[in-house]
Amino acid sequence: MASQRVFQLGLRRAAAPSFMIQPAGRMVQRRLANTISKESGEEILAKQRLHRPVSPHLSIYKPQITWYASGLNRVTAVILSGGLYIFGIAYLAAPTLGWHLESQSLVAAVAAWPLWAKATAKFTVAMPFFFHCVNGLRHLAWDVGVGFKNATVVRTGWTVVAATFALSAYYSFFH
Amino acid sequence: MASTRALCRLATSRTAAVRPAVFARGFASVSDTKARDPISKAGEALAPDASRAPIPESKTSTVKEAAPTKDAKMKTFHIYRWNPDEPTSKPKMQSYELDLNKTGPMMLDALIRIKNEIDPTLTFRRSCREGICGSCAMNIDGVNTLACLCRIPTEEKKESRIYPLPHMYIVKDLVPDMTIFYKQYRSVKPYLQRSTPAPDGREYRQTKEDRKKLDGLYECILCACCSTSCPSYWWNQEEYLGPAVLLQSYRWIADSRDEKRAERQDALNNSMSLYRCHTILNCSRTCPKGLNPALAIAEIKKSMAFT
Repeated sequence: MASQRVFQLGLRRAAAPSFMIQPAGRMVQRRLANTISKESGEEILAKQRLHRPVSPHLSIYKPQITWYASGLNRVTAVILSGGLYIFGIAYLAAPTLGWHLESQSLVAAVAAWPLWAKATAKFTVAMPFFFHCVNGLRHLAWDVGVGFKNATVVRTGWTVVAATFALSAYYSFFH
Repeated sequence: MASTRALCRLATSRTAAVRPAVFARGFASVSDTKARDPISKAGEALAPDASRAPIPESKTSTVKEAAPTKDAKMKTFHIYRWNPDEPTSKPKMQSYELDLNKTGPMMLDALIRIKNEIDPTLTFRRSCREGICGSCAMNIDGVNTLACLCRIPTEEKKESRIYPLPHMYIVKDLVPDMTIFYKQYRSVKPYLQRSTPAPDGREYRQTKEDRKKLDGLYECILCACCSTSCPSYWWNQEEYLGPAVLLQSYRWIADSRDEKRAERQDALNNSMSLYRCHTILNCSRTCPKGLNPALAIAEIKKSMAFT
Protein backbone atom coordinates (compact mmCIF):
# COMPACT_ATOMS: atom_id res chain seq x y z
CA MET A 1 0.00 0.00 0.00
CA ALA A 2 2.66 2.50 1.12
CA SER A 3 5.04 1.55 -1.65
CA GLN A 4 2.26 2.00 -4.17
CA ARG A 5 1.65 5.51 -2.90
CA VAL A 6 5.29 6.43 -3.11
CA PHE A 7 5.35 5.08 -6.65
CA GLN A 8 2.33 7.15 -7.63
CA LEU A 9 3.78 10.24 -6.04
CA GLY A 10 6.99 9.71 -7.98
CA LEU A 11 5.04 9.33 -11.20
CA ARG A 12 3.13 12.48 -10.55
CA ARG A 13 6.29 14.41 -9.82
CA ALA A 14 7.94 13.09 -12.95
CA ALA A 15 4.92 14.05 -15.03
CA ALA A 16 4.55 17.51 -13.55
CA PRO A 17 7.78 18.69 -11.95
CA SER A 18 6.26 22.13 -11.47
CA PHE A 19 3.28 20.92 -9.48
CA MET A 20 3.39 24.07 -7.38
CA ILE A 21 1.63 26.00 -10.12
CA GLN A 22 -1.12 23.45 -10.63
CA PRO A 23 -4.49 25.17 -10.51
CA ALA A 24 -5.64 24.56 -6.99
CA GLY A 25 -9.28 23.97 -7.81
CA ARG A 26 -8.57 20.92 -9.89
CA MET A 27 -8.35 18.36 -7.13
CA VAL A 28 -11.57 19.62 -5.62
CA GLN A 29 -13.56 19.27 -8.77
CA ARG A 30 -12.52 15.72 -9.43
CA ARG A 31 -15.49 13.78 -8.13
CA LEU A 32 -15.55 10.04 -7.90
CA ALA A 33 -19.23 9.58 -7.04
CA ASN A 34 -22.27 11.04 -8.72
CA THR A 35 -23.73 14.00 -6.92
CA ILE A 36 -27.47 14.26 -6.57
CA SER A 37 -29.46 17.37 -5.84
CA LYS A 38 -30.29 18.18 -2.24
CA GLU A 39 -34.01 17.75 -2.87
CA SER A 40 -33.76 14.30 -4.39
CA GLY A 41 -31.30 13.35 -1.66
CA GLU A 42 -33.84 14.33 0.95
CA GLU A 43 -36.50 12.39 -0.87
CA ILE A 44 -34.38 9.26 -0.74
CA LEU A 45 -33.69 9.89 2.92
CA ALA A 46 -37.37 10.37 3.69
CA LYS A 47 -38.17 7.08 1.97
CA GLN A 48 -35.45 5.32 3.96
CA ARG A 49 -36.71 6.78 7.21
CA LEU A 50 -40.14 5.31 6.62
CA HIS A 51 -38.68 1.84 6.92
CA ARG A 52 -36.10 2.29 9.63
CA PRO A 53 -36.49 -0.38 12.27
CA VAL A 54 -36.35 0.42 15.99
CA SER A 55 -33.42 -1.31 17.61
CA PRO A 56 -34.35 -4.02 20.14
CA HIS A 57 -34.63 -2.82 23.75
CA LEU A 58 -36.52 -4.60 26.56
CA SER A 59 -35.78 -8.04 25.20
CA ILE A 60 -32.02 -7.59 24.90
CA TYR A 61 -31.09 -5.31 27.78
CA LYS A 62 -29.28 -7.18 30.52
CA PRO A 63 -31.46 -7.90 33.57
CA GLN A 64 -30.14 -5.67 36.34
CA ILE A 65 -31.48 -4.99 39.81
CA THR A 66 -31.89 -1.31 38.88
CA TRP A 67 -34.54 -1.54 36.21
CA TYR A 68 -36.06 -4.85 37.33
CA ALA A 69 -36.71 -3.43 40.82
CA SER A 70 -38.15 -0.28 39.29
CA GLY A 71 -40.44 -2.30 37.03
CA LEU A 72 -41.53 -4.47 39.95
CA ASN A 73 -42.21 -1.34 41.99
CA ARG A 74 -44.68 -0.24 39.37
CA VAL A 75 -46.24 -3.68 38.89
CA THR A 76 -46.75 -4.09 42.64
CA ALA A 77 -48.28 -0.61 42.80
CA VAL A 78 -50.78 -1.62 40.13
CA ILE A 79 -51.57 -4.88 41.94
CA LEU A 80 -52.08 -3.16 45.28
CA SER A 81 -54.13 -0.20 44.12
CA GLY A 82 -56.04 -2.34 41.58
CA GLY A 83 -56.84 -4.86 44.31
CA LEU A 84 -58.02 -2.08 46.60
CA TYR A 85 -60.28 -0.62 43.91
CA ILE A 86 -61.75 -4.01 43.00
CA PHE A 87 -62.42 -4.94 46.61
CA GLY A 88 -63.76 -1.47 47.45
CA ILE A 89 -66.21 -1.45 44.55
CA ALA A 90 -67.25 -5.04 45.26
CA TYR A 91 -67.81 -4.11 48.91
CA LEU A 92 -70.02 -1.20 47.85
CA ALA A 93 -71.97 -3.38 45.43
CA ALA A 94 -72.23 -6.30 47.88
CA PRO A 95 -75.58 -5.34 49.52
CA THR A 96 -77.23 -4.92 46.12
CA LEU A 97 -75.82 -8.14 44.70
CA GLY A 98 -76.33 -10.14 47.87
CA TRP A 99 -72.61 -10.90 48.39
CA HIS A 100 -71.13 -11.31 51.85
CA LEU A 101 -67.87 -9.38 52.01
CA GLU A 102 -68.06 -8.26 55.67
CA SER A 103 -65.04 -9.00 57.83
CA GLN A 104 -66.86 -11.67 59.86
CA SER A 105 -67.95 -13.74 56.87
CA LEU A 106 -64.51 -13.38 55.20
CA VAL A 107 -62.76 -14.50 58.40
CA ALA A 108 -65.14 -17.41 58.70
CA ALA A 109 -64.57 -18.42 55.07
CA VAL A 110 -60.79 -18.25 55.30
CA ALA A 111 -60.72 -20.09 58.63
CA ALA A 112 -62.19 -23.13 56.92
CA TRP A 113 -59.26 -23.33 54.45
CA PRO A 114 -56.38 -25.76 54.94
CA LEU A 115 -53.16 -24.27 56.34
CA TRP A 116 -51.20 -24.32 53.06
CA ALA A 117 -53.95 -22.41 51.25
CA LYS A 118 -54.02 -19.78 53.99
CA ALA A 119 -50.25 -19.35 53.91
CA THR A 120 -50.16 -19.17 50.10
CA ALA A 121 -52.93 -16.59 49.93
CA LYS A 122 -51.28 -14.46 52.59
CA PHE A 123 -47.88 -14.75 50.91
CA THR A 124 -49.35 -13.68 47.54
CA VAL A 125 -50.83 -10.55 49.09
CA ALA A 126 -47.87 -9.85 51.36
CA MET A 127 -45.17 -10.00 48.66
CA PRO A 128 -46.32 -7.00 46.59
CA PHE A 129 -47.19 -5.06 49.73
CA PHE A 130 -43.82 -5.47 51.44
CA PHE A 131 -41.85 -5.00 48.24
CA HIS A 132 -43.61 -1.76 47.46
CA CYS A 133 -43.27 -0.60 51.06
CA VAL A 134 -39.57 -1.29 51.47
CA ASN A 135 -38.65 -0.18 47.96
CA GLY A 136 -40.60 3.02 48.63
CA LEU A 137 -38.09 3.85 51.38
CA ARG A 138 -35.34 3.55 48.79
CA HIS A 139 -37.16 5.95 46.50
CA LEU A 140 -37.66 8.42 49.37
CA ALA A 141 -33.92 8.34 50.01
CA TRP A 142 -33.23 9.04 46.32
CA ASP A 143 -35.67 11.94 46.35
CA VAL A 144 -33.47 13.71 48.90
CA GLY A 145 -30.36 12.83 46.91
CA VAL A 146 -28.98 10.01 49.05
CA GLY A 147 -27.65 6.61 47.97
CA PHE A 148 -26.83 7.16 44.32
CA LYS A 149 -23.51 5.37 44.17
CA ASN A 150 -23.65 2.29 41.95
CA ALA A 151 -22.52 -0.08 44.69
CA THR A 152 -25.05 1.40 47.13
CA VAL A 153 -27.88 1.05 44.61
CA VAL A 154 -27.09 -2.62 44.00
CA ARG A 155 -26.72 -3.37 47.72
CA THR A 156 -29.94 -1.63 48.76
CA GLY A 157 -31.76 -3.26 45.84
CA TRP A 158 -30.92 -6.78 46.90
CA THR A 159 -31.53 -5.82 50.53
CA VAL A 160 -35.08 -4.87 49.54
CA VAL A 161 -35.57 -8.25 47.84
CA ALA A 162 -34.30 -10.10 50.90
CA ALA A 163 -36.39 -7.96 53.25
CA THR A 164 -39.48 -8.60 51.12
CA PHE A 165 -39.06 -12.35 51.38
CA ALA A 166 -38.29 -12.25 55.10
CA LEU A 167 -41.21 -9.98 55.99
CA SER A 168 -43.67 -11.85 53.74
CA ALA A 169 -42.65 -15.20 55.23
CA TYR A 170 -42.93 -13.83 58.76
CA TYR A 171 -46.34 -12.35 58.03
CA SER A 172 -47.60 -15.47 56.24
CA PHE A 173 -46.53 -18.07 58.78
CA PHE A 174 -46.49 -16.33 62.18
CA HIS A 175 -49.54 -14.09 62.00
CA MET B 1 1.96 17.81 -2.14
CA ALA B 2 1.14 19.38 1.19
CA SER B 3 1.23 22.83 -0.32
CA THR B 4 -1.16 21.76 -3.09
CA ARG B 5 -3.55 20.47 -0.50
CA ALA B 6 -3.38 23.70 1.47
CA LEU B 7 -4.02 25.69 -1.69
CA CYS B 8 -6.98 23.46 -2.49
CA ARG B 9 -8.45 24.10 0.89
CA LEU B 10 -8.01 27.84 0.46
CA ALA B 11 -9.62 27.69 -2.96
CA THR B 12 -12.60 25.67 -1.74
CA SER B 13 -13.30 27.89 1.21
CA ARG B 14 -13.11 30.98 -0.96
CA THR B 15 -15.49 29.58 -3.55
CA ALA B 16 -17.82 28.14 -0.94
CA ALA B 17 -20.12 31.15 -1.05
CA VAL B 18 -20.64 30.98 -4.82
CA ARG B 19 -20.74 27.18 -5.09
CA PRO B 20 -24.21 26.04 -6.16
CA ALA B 21 -26.16 24.01 -3.62
CA VAL B 22 -25.94 20.99 -5.92
CA PHE B 23 -22.32 20.48 -4.95
CA ALA B 24 -22.82 20.97 -1.26
CA ARG B 25 -23.03 17.73 0.64
CA GLY B 26 -26.26 17.47 2.56
CA PHE B 27 -25.82 15.90 5.98
CA ALA B 28 -29.53 15.49 6.38
CA SER B 29 -29.50 14.40 9.99
CA VAL B 30 -27.81 17.64 11.03
CA SER B 31 -28.95 20.38 8.66
CA ASP B 32 -32.44 19.08 8.10
CA THR B 33 -33.61 18.99 11.71
CA LYS B 34 -37.26 19.54 10.87
CA ALA B 35 -37.62 16.49 8.70
CA ARG B 36 -37.64 14.02 11.55
CA ASP B 37 -40.92 14.67 13.28
CA PRO B 38 -43.66 14.25 10.67
CA ILE B 39 -41.84 11.50 8.82
CA SER B 40 -41.25 9.35 11.85
CA LYS B 41 -44.91 9.72 12.73
CA ALA B 42 -45.99 8.84 9.22
CA GLY B 43 -43.51 6.01 9.21
CA GLU B 44 -45.01 4.53 12.33
CA ALA B 45 -48.45 4.70 10.76
CA LEU B 46 -47.30 3.15 7.48
CA ALA B 47 -44.98 0.54 8.88
CA PRO B 48 -46.46 -0.33 12.27
CA ASP B 49 -44.01 -3.17 12.79
CA ALA B 50 -41.17 -0.73 13.30
CA SER B 51 -39.78 -2.78 16.16
CA ARG B 52 -39.35 -5.73 13.86
CA ALA B 53 -37.63 -8.37 15.93
CA PRO B 54 -34.32 -9.35 14.36
CA ILE B 55 -33.98 -12.76 12.74
CA PRO B 56 -32.11 -14.87 15.30
CA GLU B 57 -28.54 -15.96 14.58
CA SER B 58 -29.65 -19.59 14.37
CA LYS B 59 -31.37 -18.75 11.08
CA THR B 60 -28.54 -16.75 9.52
CA SER B 61 -25.15 -17.76 8.21
CA THR B 62 -21.91 -17.67 10.17
CA VAL B 63 -18.98 -15.88 8.58
CA LYS B 64 -15.71 -17.50 9.58
CA GLU B 65 -12.09 -16.45 9.73
CA ALA B 66 -10.37 -17.05 6.39
CA ALA B 67 -7.42 -19.14 7.53
CA PRO B 68 -7.65 -20.23 11.16
CA THR B 69 -4.41 -21.54 12.64
CA LYS B 70 -4.13 -24.65 14.81
CA ASP B 71 -4.01 -22.95 18.21
CA ALA B 72 -6.68 -20.43 17.26
CA LYS B 73 -8.91 -19.10 20.03
CA MET B 74 -12.15 -18.85 18.11
CA LYS B 75 -14.92 -16.70 19.56
CA THR B 76 -18.33 -16.04 18.06
CA PHE B 77 -19.81 -12.56 17.78
CA HIS B 78 -23.47 -12.11 16.93
CA ILE B 79 -23.96 -8.68 15.41
CA TYR B 80 -27.19 -6.83 14.59
CA ARG B 81 -27.41 -6.07 10.87
CA TRP B 82 -29.89 -4.05 8.88
CA ASN B 83 -29.35 -2.69 5.41
CA PRO B 84 -31.35 0.40 4.32
CA ASP B 85 -30.87 -0.58 0.69
CA GLU B 86 -33.26 -3.48 1.29
CA PRO B 87 -35.76 -1.40 3.25
CA THR B 88 -38.44 -4.01 3.72
CA SER B 89 -36.09 -6.73 4.90
CA LYS B 90 -36.01 -7.65 8.56
CA PRO B 91 -32.97 -6.91 10.69
CA LYS B 92 -30.89 -10.01 11.37
CA MET B 93 -28.25 -11.28 13.74
CA GLN B 94 -25.16 -12.12 11.72
CA SER B 95 -22.53 -14.36 13.31
CA TYR B 96 -18.79 -13.93 12.89
CA GLU B 97 -16.06 -16.18 14.19
CA LEU B 98 -12.80 -14.51 15.04
CA ASP B 99 -9.43 -15.78 16.25
CA LEU B 100 -8.79 -13.85 19.47
CA ASN B 101 -5.03 -14.35 19.04
CA LYS B 102 -5.13 -12.15 15.96
CA THR B 103 -7.59 -9.63 17.40
CA GLY B 104 -6.93 -6.70 19.69
CA PRO B 105 -8.24 -6.76 23.26
CA MET B 106 -11.27 -4.51 22.82
CA MET B 107 -14.65 -5.03 21.19
CA LEU B 108 -13.89 -2.19 18.79
CA ASP B 109 -10.78 -4.07 17.65
CA ALA B 110 -12.99 -7.05 16.86
CA LEU B 111 -15.44 -4.88 14.90
CA ILE B 112 -12.65 -3.18 12.96
CA ARG B 113 -11.07 -6.54 12.22
CA ILE B 114 -14.37 -7.92 10.93
CA LYS B 115 -14.77 -4.86 8.72
CA ASN B 116 -11.19 -4.97 7.44
CA GLU B 117 -10.74 -8.66 6.89
CA ILE B 118 -14.05 -10.51 6.83
CA ASP B 119 -17.04 -8.38 5.91
CA PRO B 120 -16.50 -4.81 4.66
CA THR B 121 -20.24 -4.14 4.64
CA LEU B 122 -20.44 -4.05 8.44
CA THR B 123 -21.23 -0.46 9.45
CA PHE B 124 -20.54 1.26 12.77
CA ARG B 125 -19.36 4.62 14.07
CA ARG B 126 -15.92 4.92 15.59
CA SER B 127 -13.31 7.55 15.89
CA CYS B 128 -10.87 7.98 18.76
CA ARG B 129 -10.65 4.36 20.02
CA GLU B 130 -9.85 5.64 23.53
CA GLY B 131 -13.22 6.55 25.02
CA ILE B 132 -13.22 10.30 24.50
CA CYS B 133 -15.30 10.79 21.35
CA GLY B 134 -18.32 8.66 22.24
CA SER B 135 -18.88 7.50 18.66
CA CYS B 136 -18.75 3.76 19.26
CA ALA B 137 -21.54 3.62 21.84
CA MET B 138 -23.50 0.39 21.41
CA ASN B 139 -25.17 -2.37 23.35
CA ILE B 140 -22.59 -5.09 24.04
CA ASP B 141 -23.70 -8.25 25.85
CA GLY B 142 -26.85 -6.49 27.00
CA VAL B 143 -25.25 -3.36 28.42
CA ASN B 144 -24.71 -0.01 26.73
CA THR B 145 -21.06 0.91 26.60
CA LEU B 146 -18.31 2.18 24.35
CA ALA B 147 -16.91 -0.58 22.18
CA CYS B 148 -13.42 0.90 22.54
CA LEU B 149 -13.53 0.65 26.35
CA CYS B 150 -15.13 -2.80 26.48
CA ARG B 151 -12.78 -5.76 26.72
CA ILE B 152 -13.63 -8.90 24.78
CA PRO B 153 -14.38 -11.58 27.40
CA THR B 154 -11.64 -14.16 26.90
CA GLU B 155 -13.85 -17.22 27.46
CA GLU B 156 -14.19 -18.66 23.99
CA LYS B 157 -17.37 -20.59 24.82
CA LYS B 158 -19.34 -17.47 25.69
CA GLU B 159 -20.73 -15.86 22.57
CA SER B 160 -20.84 -12.08 22.45
CA ARG B 161 -23.83 -10.18 21.17
CA ILE B 162 -23.60 -6.67 19.80
CA TYR B 163 -26.68 -4.51 19.21
CA PRO B 164 -27.01 -0.82 18.41
CA LEU B 165 -28.15 1.53 21.18
CA PRO B 166 -31.59 0.29 22.30
CA HIS B 167 -34.88 1.77 21.05
CA MET B 168 -33.38 4.07 18.44
CA TYR B 169 -34.22 4.29 14.75
CA ILE B 170 -31.52 2.45 12.85
CA VAL B 171 -29.76 4.11 9.94
CA LYS B 172 -27.69 1.02 9.14
CA ASP B 173 -26.33 -1.92 11.15
CA LEU B 174 -24.96 -0.46 14.40
CA VAL B 175 -25.56 3.18 13.47
CA PRO B 176 -28.58 4.74 15.22
CA ASP B 177 -30.24 8.00 14.21
CA MET B 178 -29.23 10.50 16.91
CA THR B 179 -31.16 13.47 15.51
CA ILE B 180 -33.57 13.74 18.44
CA PHE B 181 -30.80 13.33 20.99
CA TYR B 182 -28.80 16.21 19.54
CA LYS B 183 -31.87 18.38 19.18
CA GLN B 184 -32.62 17.80 22.84
CA TYR B 185 -29.06 18.73 23.73
CA ARG B 186 -29.44 21.97 21.81
CA SER B 187 -32.72 22.70 23.58
CA VAL B 188 -31.04 22.99 27.01
CA LYS B 189 -28.79 25.79 25.70
CA PRO B 190 -25.50 24.19 26.65
CA TYR B 191 -23.44 27.38 26.87
CA LEU B 192 -22.73 30.14 29.37
CA GLN B 193 -25.54 32.71 29.46
CA ARG B 194 -24.56 36.03 31.05
CA SER B 195 -25.51 39.62 30.50
CA THR B 196 -23.27 41.34 33.05
CA PRO B 197 -19.56 41.65 32.38
CA ALA B 198 -16.99 40.37 34.84
CA PRO B 199 -16.43 42.94 37.62
CA ASP B 200 -12.75 43.47 36.81
CA GLY B 201 -13.21 43.16 33.06
CA ARG B 202 -11.22 39.95 32.89
CA GLU B 203 -12.40 36.30 32.76
CA TYR B 204 -15.50 35.15 34.60
CA ARG B 205 -13.86 33.65 37.63
CA GLN B 206 -15.27 31.31 40.25
CA THR B 207 -14.11 29.96 43.58
CA LYS B 208 -12.48 26.58 43.87
CA GLU B 209 -15.60 25.29 45.65
CA ASP B 210 -17.85 26.44 42.82
CA ARG B 211 -15.53 24.86 40.27
CA LYS B 212 -15.62 21.62 42.21
CA LYS B 213 -19.39 21.41 41.68
CA LEU B 214 -18.76 20.90 37.96
CA ASP B 215 -16.57 17.83 38.48
CA GLY B 216 -18.43 14.74 37.35
CA LEU B 217 -20.56 16.86 35.01
CA TYR B 218 -18.25 18.40 32.46
CA GLU B 219 -16.61 15.04 31.63
CA CYS B 220 -19.70 13.79 29.82
CA ILE B 221 -18.93 12.95 26.19
CA LEU B 222 -22.57 12.69 25.04
CA CYS B 223 -22.27 9.10 23.85
CA ALA B 224 -25.97 8.53 24.70
CA CYS B 225 -25.26 5.24 26.49
CA CYS B 226 -27.19 6.43 29.56
CA SER B 227 -30.15 7.93 27.71
CA THR B 228 -30.71 4.81 25.65
CA SER B 229 -30.42 2.55 28.70
CA CYS B 230 -33.35 4.35 30.34
CA PRO B 231 -36.77 2.67 29.91
CA SER B 232 -38.44 6.06 30.46
CA TYR B 233 -36.44 7.42 27.53
CA TRP B 234 -37.40 4.38 25.44
CA TRP B 235 -41.11 5.08 25.84
CA ASN B 236 -41.04 8.91 25.84
CA GLN B 237 -38.11 9.79 23.66
CA GLU B 238 -39.86 12.73 22.02
CA GLU B 239 -40.74 14.55 25.25
CA TYR B 240 -38.42 13.33 28.00
CA LEU B 241 -34.94 14.79 27.73
CA GLY B 242 -33.11 11.74 29.03
CA PRO B 243 -30.23 11.40 31.51
CA ALA B 244 -27.40 12.65 29.28
CA VAL B 245 -29.13 15.89 28.34
CA LEU B 246 -30.35 16.48 31.89
CA LEU B 247 -26.82 15.97 33.19
CA GLN B 248 -25.70 18.65 30.76
CA SER B 249 -28.58 20.86 31.83
CA TYR B 250 -27.45 20.50 35.44
CA ARG B 251 -23.88 21.27 34.42
CA TRP B 252 -25.12 24.78 33.51
CA ILE B 253 -27.60 25.09 36.36
CA ALA B 254 -24.79 24.32 38.81
CA ASP B 255 -22.36 26.74 37.18
CA SER B 256 -21.86 29.77 39.44
CA ARG B 257 -21.00 31.98 36.43
CA ASP B 258 -24.27 31.36 34.63
CA GLU B 259 -27.01 33.94 35.15
CA LYS B 260 -29.99 32.16 33.56
CA ARG B 261 -30.41 29.55 36.29
CA ALA B 262 -34.08 30.38 36.87
CA GLU B 263 -34.88 30.27 33.15
CA ARG B 264 -33.13 26.94 32.81
CA GLN B 265 -35.13 25.49 35.69
CA ASP B 266 -38.31 26.99 34.29
CA ALA B 267 -37.76 25.25 30.96
CA LEU B 268 -37.66 21.89 32.75
CA ASN B 269 -40.70 22.60 34.91
CA ASN B 270 -43.31 20.46 33.15
CA SER B 271 -44.48 16.90 33.45
CA MET B 272 -42.32 15.48 30.67
CA SER B 273 -38.89 17.12 30.26
CA LEU B 274 -37.52 16.25 33.69
CA TYR B 275 -40.11 14.39 35.72
CA ARG B 276 -40.26 11.33 33.49
CA CYS B 277 -37.20 10.28 35.47
CA HIS B 278 -38.46 7.63 37.88
CA THR B 279 -35.03 6.95 39.40
CA ILE B 280 -34.62 3.67 37.56
CA LEU B 281 -30.85 4.29 37.72
CA ASN B 282 -29.85 2.29 34.64
CA CYS B 283 -28.09 5.48 33.52
CA SER B 284 -25.51 5.63 36.30
CA ARG B 285 -25.07 1.88 36.13
CA THR B 286 -24.12 1.94 32.46
CA CYS B 287 -22.11 5.19 32.07
CA PRO B 288 -18.79 4.21 30.45
CA LYS B 289 -17.16 7.31 31.91
CA GLY B 290 -18.24 6.50 35.47
CA LEU B 291 -20.41 9.60 35.84
CA ASN B 292 -23.68 9.73 37.74
CA PRO B 293 -26.51 11.24 35.66
CA ALA B 294 -29.13 9.99 38.15
CA LEU B 295 -27.55 12.06 40.90
CA ALA B 296 -27.48 15.12 38.65
CA ILE B 297 -31.18 14.67 37.88
CA ALA B 298 -31.94 14.28 41.59
CA GLU B 299 -30.04 17.52 42.24
CA ILE B 300 -32.10 19.33 39.59
CA LYS B 301 -35.31 18.02 41.15
CA LYS B 302 -34.13 19.12 44.59
CA SER B 303 -33.07 22.55 43.37
CA MET B 304 -36.51 23.00 41.81
CA ALA B 305 -38.41 21.73 44.84
CA PHE B 306 -36.55 23.84 47.40
CA THR B 307 -36.45 27.22 45.66
